[in-house]
Amino acid sequence: MTTALRPDLALICDWIKPGSRILDLGCGDGELLAHLARTHQVTGYGLEIDPEKVASCVEQGINVIQADLDEGLKGFESQSFDYVVMTQALQALQRPDLAIEEILRVGRFGIVTFPNFGHWRVRMGLAQGHMPVTPTLNERWYDTPNIHLCSVDDFERLCEDIGWRILDRRMLNRSHREGWRIRLRPNLFGEVAMYLLQDKEPAPDR
Amino acid sequence: MSEAYPADSVGLVQPFKVLIRHPLALDCGRTLPQHELMVETYGQLNAAHSNAILICHALSGDHHVAGYHEGAKKPGWWDNCVGPGKPIDTNRFFVVALNNLGGCRGSTGPNTINPETGKPWGPDFPLVTARDWVRSQALLADELGIQSWAAIIGGSLGGMQVMQWTLEFPERVRHACVIAAAPKISAQNIAFNEIARQAILSDPEFHGGHFYEQGVVPARGLKLARMLGHITYLSDEAMRAKFGRELKTAVPSYNFDVEFEVESYLRYQGQSFVDRFDANTYLIMTKALDYFDPAREYGNDLAAAFRRASARFLVVAFSSDWRFSPQRSREIVKALVDAGRDVSYALIDSQLGHDDFLMPIPQYHRVLRGYLARVAQETA
Repeated sequence: MTTALRPDLALICDWIKPGSRILDLGCGDGELLAHLARTHQVTGYGLEIDPEKVASCVEQGINVIQADLDEGLKGFESQSFDYVVMTQALQALQRPDLAIEEILRVGRFGIVTFPNFGHWRVRMGLAQGHMPVTPTLNERWYDTPNIHLCSVDDFERLCEDIGWRILDRRMLNRSHREGWRIRLRPNLFGEVAMYLLQDKEPAPDR
Repeated sequence: MSEAYPADSVGLVQPFKVLIRHPLALDCGRTLPQHELMVETYGQLNAAHSNAILICHALSGDHHVAGYHEGAKKPGWWDNCVGPGKPIDTNRFFVVALNNLGGCRGSTGPNTINPETGKPWGPDFPLVTARDWVRSQALLADELGIQSWAAIIGGSLGGMQVMQWTLEFPERVRHACVIAAAPKISAQNIAFNEIARQAILSDPEFHGGHFYEQGVVPARGLKLARMLGHITYLSDEAMRAKFGRELKTAVPSYNFDVEFEVESYLRYQGQSFVDRFDANTYLIMTKALDYFDPAREYGNDLAAAFRRASARFLVVAFSSDWRFSPQRSREIVKALVDAGRDVSYALIDSQLGHDDFLMPIPQYHRVLRGYLARVAQETA
């Protein structure tokens, strides 16, 4: 496999220290883990609910644990991973807030990405009186798995209310690039939001 | 015989006995100066002796995993999974299967002659544990010239032996496939085993285990034990689907003859078991299951136990299995994650229950095939 890594995943790699222990929630075909194992010598596991993708990970030799993220991370000890990563799955969970709480319990750092519901295309759709269908959110209201969409501002307010620390934020457009517009008005122009988070009381370094 | 076997079958196979001359010190404190193991192998051992796979059997299994014995119509118990091009691919691997020590299918066990007395061992045969089996299997590996196994695979009680291997001989197992197993069995499971044992022990024809000399078999007890077992191997759903409440006759006959289909099934399974299995072995096997608890020596910390292991693991569970439920497999996975071992876990959507680990469920076989294809790449 020599295909280029998805740009948002490439950005995540910038945040991850070599040799770390990683838990990738909703790991899909294991693209991120496979890449990080090659380039960053990380160890870790992916969690995935879809049997097809589980089989695909196994075929590639990636550690995958078949699990339902909505059941939480009960099987994982506190602070047992350096990074817990969840890309583009937050909005499909029953309780995104509890999920982040779990991510920051299990991981020393959390990495979360989600589609920004404050993007201008979304606002346009709503302004016309319809649930928006955009290139990033391309399912209709009745068949979308996304049940808890939020804007960048909503997300950051939640972090502030609870006390989670935002160590870094990256905003991308749908071709996963950053531009001057996004830097100026992230909640209006960013389509994908990426956060590096830490719990309110960081655990002492091991 | 000139019968044609299916193309993906290993075909005609012949078991053979291996005499282990090395003394084996058992967990119970006794020592067997030597013992025999009944073995079958499939495929070719490569020049580097690096492509060997060991299959550990469950409660009532044996060495006959795949292919056909001379004149037999039915293949070995895991023929759907072992053969050329099958998930455990005999074109790539040298597969070894055996009848465990204490078994009744040709290996040294209660129904064989104790050389010290010249009589069948019967109840004097020592109670063996999963660790005793693993040590005996390691001696077999020595005999076969296998320093380390590419993979060890087992379901149910077989999966427990796989785990035990990774702790007992970490350097001799590269991959461990633990299927439909548990880190130790539950009180409920021990209770089922105890009823099975009591059924055998209380059969008047058991004669304290010396029934061979009396020329009888504790058939009623063994049959009851097996009937009970079969209930626990199937899910409620599967029983409903398979038998419903169908009566064999149009109207109830108001007696205790077989009336419902499920009764007929259980009686058939029980009876056919009596014809092929030994009551003393059944007692030994259920006890080995009860005793299994590898974490005990590590302060009841399974993760601490697995820190000893160096194998990579594949853990598989079945959604409808209530005897060894997915929850129990997750305990194994958790301990492996806590210990920092490589592990993948697949939960297979299934209907039948515990017996599903023997079924050719596409997702199950895909995962096993995919995992072992990686193993084969490493050994090539």
